[in-house]
Order: sequence, then C-alpha cells, then structure tokens
Amino acid sequence: MIKANNITKQFGKLRALDEVSVSFQKGECIALLGPNGSGKTTLIKSLLGMVVPDKGDIYFNDKNIAGQWKHRDRIGYMPQIGRYPENMTIAQVIDMMKDIRKKDTAEIDEELIHRFGLPNMMHKKMRALSGGTTQKVSAALAFLFKPDALILDEPTAGLDPLSSEILKQKIIQEKQNGKLILITSHILSELDDMITEVFYMQEGRLLFHKKLSVLKEETGEIKLSKAIASIMSAQLI
Amino acid sequence: MKKILKYVIVDIVQNKIVLIYTFLLLVISLSVFSLENNSAKGMLSLLNIVLIIVPLICAVFSTIYIYNSGEFIVLLVSQPLKRRTIWLSLFFGLATSLCLAFFIGAGIPILLYHADATGFMMIAMGLCLTVVFVSIAMLAAGLARDKAKGIGLSIMLWMYFSLIFDALALFFLFQFQDYPLEKIMTLMSFLNPIDLGRIQILLQMDISALMGYTGAVFREFFGNSLGISLSFLGLSVWAAMPLLISLRRFKKKDL
Amino acid sequence: MKTTIGWHVIFLSLPLFFSLPGFAQGKTIPVGKSKPLQSIQQAIDLAANGDTVLVDPGLYKEENILVRKSIVLKGVDYPVLDGQHKHAIITVKAKDAVIEGFKMQNTGRSEIDDIGAIMIFDSYRVTAINNILDNSNFGVYLQNSRSCLIKDNDITAYGKSELQSGNGIHCWNSDSIQIIGNRITGHRDGIYFEFVTNSLVWRNASVKNLRYGIHFMFSHHDTYIGNIFEGNESGVAVMYTNNIHMYNNFFLNNWGAAAYGILLKDITDSDISGNHFVRNTIGIHMEGCSRIKLHKNIFNNNGWAVKIQASCDNNEFTRNNFTGNTFDIGTNGSLVLNTFNGNYWDKYEGYDLNRDGVGDVPYHPVSMYSMIIDNNPSALMLFRSLIVSLLDKSEKILPGVTPEKLQDETPLMKRLPL
Repeated sequence: MIKANNITKQFGKLRALDEVSVSFQKGECIALLGPNGSGKTTLIKSLLGMVVPDKGDIYFNDKNIAGQWKHRDRIGYMPQIGRYPENMTIAQVIDMMKDIRKKDTAEIDEELIHRFGLPNMMHKKMRALSGGTTQKVSAALAFLFKPDALILDEPTAGLDPLSSEILKQKIIQEKQNGKLILITSHILSELDDMITEVFYMQEGRLLFHKKLSVLKEETGEIKLSKAIASIMSAQLI
Repeated sequence: MKKILKYVIVDIVQNKIVLIYTFLLLVISLSVFSLENNSAKGMLSLLNIVLIIVPLICAVFSTIYIYNSGEFIVLLVSQPLKRRTIWLSLFFGLATSLCLAFFIGAGIPILLYHADATGFMMIAMGLCLTVVFVSIAMLAAGLARDKAKGIGLSIMLWMYFSLIFDALALFFLFQFQDYPLEKIMTLMSFLNPIDLGRIQILLQMDISALMGYTGAVFREFFGNSLGISLSFLGLSVWAAMPLLISLRRFKKKDL
Repeated sequence: MKTTIGWHVIFLSLPLFFSLPGFAQGKTIPVGKSKPLQSIQQAIDLAANGDTVLVDPGLYKEENILVRKSIVLKGVDYPVLDGQHKHAIITVKAKDAVIEGFKMQNTGRSEIDDIGAIMIFDSYRVTAINNILDNSNFGVYLQNSRSCLIKDNDITAYGKSELQSGNGIHCWNSDSIQIIGNRITGHRDGIYFEFVTNSLVWRNASVKNLRYGIHFMFSHHDTYIGNIFEGNESGVAVMYTNNIHMYNNFFLNNWGAAAYGILLKDITDSDISGNHFVRNTIGIHMEGCSRIKLHKNIFNNNGWAVKIQASCDNNEFTRNNFTGNTFDIGTNGSLVLNTFNGNYWDKYEGYDLNRDGVGDVPYHPVSMYSMIIDNNPSALMLFRSLIVSLLDKSEKILPGVTPEKLQDETPLMKRLPL
C-alpha cells in the first residue's frame, strides 16, 4: 500500500533519512521504532508529503505522491502535538475537517468522539483545552474519516490510562478491518497487543523490518521491549 | 479554497489584536475628525496613519499570525489539500480581515466626515497598502524559518519602504540635482508601494503645492486616468509579487 | 486709514456726479431705423455740446464712430454696434462725453495698432458706463486721459493665446481714472495700467483671463478695493510702483507653475490689507519689495502663502491669518530683513502658559522642505513622506538650513476674526 524506494533527506549537515526503503501492506500494524533523532518523524512526514525527500520516490497505492495531495484523503494522521486555531471550538475544528474532506455522513466514524466524551465539551475553545484533551481531538480526527492508512505519532503520550486503552482498542479494531496502521511510540510495553511488525531505524537508516513474531522468535523473548533490548545489546557487542 | 479561507477569516476576526487594531483606528479617526473643526486637517493626520501605521501593523501582525499558525498549517498540509490552497487561503484570510478592520476603523469615519474623491482615494489606498503589506509579511515569513527573524525581517521591510527608500531617494536627488529627474522620480515611485499610495492621495488632497513647479510633471502623469490605472496596477504587482515568491518557497518547504 | 479711503472715493467720484445724463442741458437727437437719422455718426456730427444722442435698438455697422464733443451717446435696450472684425467701434477724444448702454461686438484685430471697442484718447472726464463688450480685442482703451470713469461694463473676449489678445481695460499714461464694477473675462490682462496714477479700481471682477487679472507698472498712488481676481492663467502681477493701496480684494484659484495670487515686483511704500488669498499656488510672491505693510489678510489653502525673496526688506506682516497652506512662508536666502508679528499660524504647535493669547515660543514659518523643493523641485515626490516630516521636525528644533531669524515672536493662539 505504501512503498518507498531509497528516500534520502538532508537537513543541513544532518542526514535525517539515508536511503530508506519501505513497503507497508494492508492489514498490518507497524511499530516505527528507534532512538530519538533516528528519522522516524521525518519518515512519517515524508509519507504525508510534509517533507519533500531529496532523493527517492514514495508510492501510495502504486502512485507516486510527489507534488500530489489527493492521496492524503485516504490517510488519517495524528500528530505528536496537535495544535489547532486557538479561537475555534472543538465542534468547529471537527466541522472544518469534515468540510475539508467532503465525506458523506455514512463514511464518518465518530466512535472515538463519543467514547472520549468529547460531545460534552464541543463548545470549548481549543486554547482552553488540556494537552490530553487536545490529543483526544487529534485521535478522534485521525479516525474520523475511516482512512485506509493511519499514521499515529506517539498516540498515547499525554492520554490518561483509560483513554489510552480506548485508543488501543480502536487501533486493534481498525487493524482487523484491514487498515494499514503506522505507530511511533516510546512506550514499547503498550505496543505488544497491537502491532504485527517492527520497523527499526537508527541514524536515518533502516536497521531492520521484521514481523513481530519473527522478532520474538529470533530473540526468544515474549515481550517486545525485551526483544528490542536484546537486539540493542547484541548490537553493542 | 473557500472553506479554509472561511476558517482563517473567522479565526482572525476573533483575534484580540485585530479587534484592538480596529478599535484603535476607529478612535483615532473619530477623534481627529471631531477635534479638528476642519476635516481637511483631519485627513492630513489620517494620511500618516494610512501610510505609516497601517503598513506596520499589517506587516507585523501578519508575520506573527503566520508563525503562530505553523502547527495549524502542518495540520492542514497533512490533509488532502494543495499547499497552494493553504498558503493563498492564509493570504486572502489575512488580507480580507485586515481590510475589513481598516474599513471599519478608518473607512467608515472617512465616509462620514469626508466622503469625496479624497476620502475615497484614501480608503482605496489604505486597503491597497493593507493587501501589499500582508503580502510582504508572507514573504518575510516565507524567507525566514525562525519567528524572531521573520518578524525582524518584516519590520525591516516596513522601515525600508516607509523611511529608508525615501531617504535614499532624497540623497539621490541631491547627488544629481543638476539633471532633470522628474521622469526618473516618477519611475522610482513605482518601486515603493507607500510612495505610490502617498502620491495618489496627495494628488486628491494637497494639490496646491504639487501643481506649482514641476509638480505639473507628476500631476500630468499620476493625475490622469492612465496614471491612476498604472498606480493601481503597480500596487497590484506589489501585492502579487511577494506573495508569489513566498508561495514558491512554501511549496518546497519542509514542515 | 479709513479716512484716506473715504477721501479717495469722494474726490474721484466728483466727475461722475457732474457728467450724469440728467444734468446734461440740451436737446436729444434720436437715431434708429424708424427715425429720420439712421447713422449714429451723422447724429453725432449734428449734435452740439450738451446734447444727447439716443440710439434705438438694432444692429449698426458703422466704421469707428468718432466722438469729439461733450455729448451723451446713449443706447436704448442695448443697440448692437458691430465692428465686423475690422474696426474699432467708438473712439472718444473729448471732455465730458458719456458712452452708455450699448452692446459692442466683433472689433478688428491688428498686429500694428491697438484696436478696441471703446477707445479714449487725450480726454477728460469721459464716462463709459453700462455697456456690454463682446468679442473685442481691447475692451476699453484709455490713453493720455484724466478723470475718466469706466463703470459697470461687461467685457468678454474669447482669446485663445496671450499674443493675439488685447486687454480688457487698458490704461496708459493717465491720471485719476476710476474703474468700478466691471466684469472682465477672456482677455490677455483683465485690467492693464501703465503710468496710471491716483486712480481707483473698485469692485471689479477680473476672471479667467489669459494672463493676469490685473497687471500694472509705474502706476503710483493707486487704490484697489474689493476686486475679485479669480482663475486667471498667471494670477495678478504688479511691478515698479510705489504707494499702492490694496484693500479687501480677493485673489482666488490661481493655479500653475507660474501663477500667483499676486506677484509683487519692486513695489514700495504700500499697504495691503484685508485681502483674501485662497487656493493659489503662491498667495503672494514678493521680489525687491520694501516697506509694504501687510496686515489682516487671509491666506487660506495656498501652496505657499507667501514667497518672499531675499531682495525684500522692511516689509511687515502683522495680524494675518495663515490657515491650511501647504507652506506658510518660502524664502531663498538666510538674510531676514522683514518682520512677522502677531499673526495666526495654524501650524503653530507652541503653548501659552500665561493665557494672554500669544504663544510663548516663536513660530518658524519656513519649513526646510519648502527650501529643498525650491532648489530641487523633483523632491516634490517625497512630499509628506516620513523622512521629510522627520527632517522638518528636527529642523524646527535646531534650525540649520532655514533662516533662524525668520520667525514670529508673538504668534497668536487663536485665529483672528477677519
């Protein structure tokens, strides 16, 4: 569904992406892992077209996305820190998004809105919201249009455990619906139940891209966090 | 385009700074007209507001607004929207709301107290300069990545157009005062939108001093309908050029 | 001052009083289509001193009617005298003659001779009153005459260029002339005086002439009261004259590169008061003038209210109102030999702590920018720009370029009720 060939991106002296190739398929839930500054966010932004790679092509459903914008209709994106026009209410932001996407009501999935209890605070202005509530809005927006692919940047950061759990359930559900889901997170423990594959980056390069089951088998660990830790230590040796 | 534009306008119109700006313009305009028993003198005071304050506020506010909308722009870019649409919506949103602010703050008092050719030209130039300086702010924001630099750049550009350019022109005039410079000066005025606006308003207003001497040259050129059309064309170019340059940069920008 | 005016008026009105038709003793000779005499010239030839020639309405095409007797030549309902674009219409060489109530049109035009509608030569106490002059080269032409009265005539021409057009009322080498209540338009100069002395110009309107509204030189001891000079190509210019008195005249709307409300060149010992200078490129331009008292004048909405060249000395500007002018005073030198006292300047930004109505700090009416424009007219493009305002402000605080001494020590806080 999403393919990238040898994409490279340079920010000044820093090489954020170095010949990275990816191939993500429907129905997969991929954990995008790696230390800080390993190029995860740049990769996500490249896939979304927010960062234009210096080299390499990205395909979405076999179409090159360079200079295109329509494919984003099929992608739901939840940013690490969502920032919205301060003077708008939640209702206005949601309406605006609906407006932009021009979807029929049948194609709208408001489950998260309801489960996060957002209808009670629809009239609140964005600037008055706590970080957690803003994250809820971001999450609800990402899932709102039933996109084929979901890109979630640190989705559970800032969410309370209950909401976190709701979101996790939703991710699993969507995965089962055959969507492609891309998650970056530092909290490896919570990824165990959701993900099917691990995409591990370091210093702008792809270190490995393996099925979770394969990874666990190779390392002999049951937990993702342990498995990663053992790889890291193996690397150090 | 329309949708984003609508949201940008709704957002800016609710902005406190814009409300204060409108209110301030309104207070200044009403007070100059009611304090001066001679509305022509009030117009002179307003001339400085239109030529100096309006461009400054428009440039600085727009620059800050664009930087503050950084995350919102990111949000929009991740949506199925053309970058061109987003950038132009921001521009037209800013231009429309600031024009509205100017019209309410200064335009209505002018219409109330001085609704003649001078008043109309003053309003037209205020609106034109608003649009031009929003465009210049977009350029400043497009060129500088960091907010402080961007605001600095837009203030520098404002300084250049409102003061430095004229100082250079004056210097140039003294250096070459033995040569006939009227035509060159006429051309030079097209290099500065504030000068274009000022000359057009003055031709409606302070015609007396301009008509003596070589004022005739300026009057002949700027005073007829061709000159007025060319001035407006010049201002349109000034509104379009910085915007288009910034748009080209924005299209390639990494967010 | 008032007594002087009154004296002038009474003295100059005496001839008018004696020459009124009612006082003429003698017979009346009618002229007209249905009358025995059809020719005006014939009637004049038949008349004796003191007679009246009364002309019926109609069109008369006679060549240059000559009046050499003390008669009254009077038209009924404006009979039309047509010069057929060839001739002068009436020539007077007489004393105590009156020309009244005619419409004169289409005089000739000549490069060599001055041709006009009413030509008055070497005459004494001649009156031209209540005539309509249409499309004349010169309107009324006086030469070597004394104590004549030109009153209530309507003088219109349609000249296209200065050179091909004569003056409305042209006086040369005359004395004690009164020009009262005439309306003059479309001529080269509305009123032209050369070597005309002790004369009065009162309540005339000289409008839209091709050159000057009034133009005089070497015409001493003349008085100008209540005239309107409006929209003339070059305004008004007066030269080489002393002892002129100008009261309550209006100098309006004289626009252009070389247009002045009034240009004073080598005028001395004169009195200019109560006049209105409104919407002129330059209200008053003074060159080589001395000892002129300018007081209680109104300068409103001019480009420059006053331009005073360094060649002027001992002129006094007192109690004038300067309002809405782009520049109040312009000058070309740093030497200041003229005084400005107790005027009202609307640009004055001083204060009056003791509340005596007089500002506590002097006012400098010369702006730096006006001097810049003088040297460098192209700088006009920067008019009212921020840089120019800043320069002007700093110059006001620390005069460097502008003449420091040119100042009003006692500027008024309130406009004078003029």
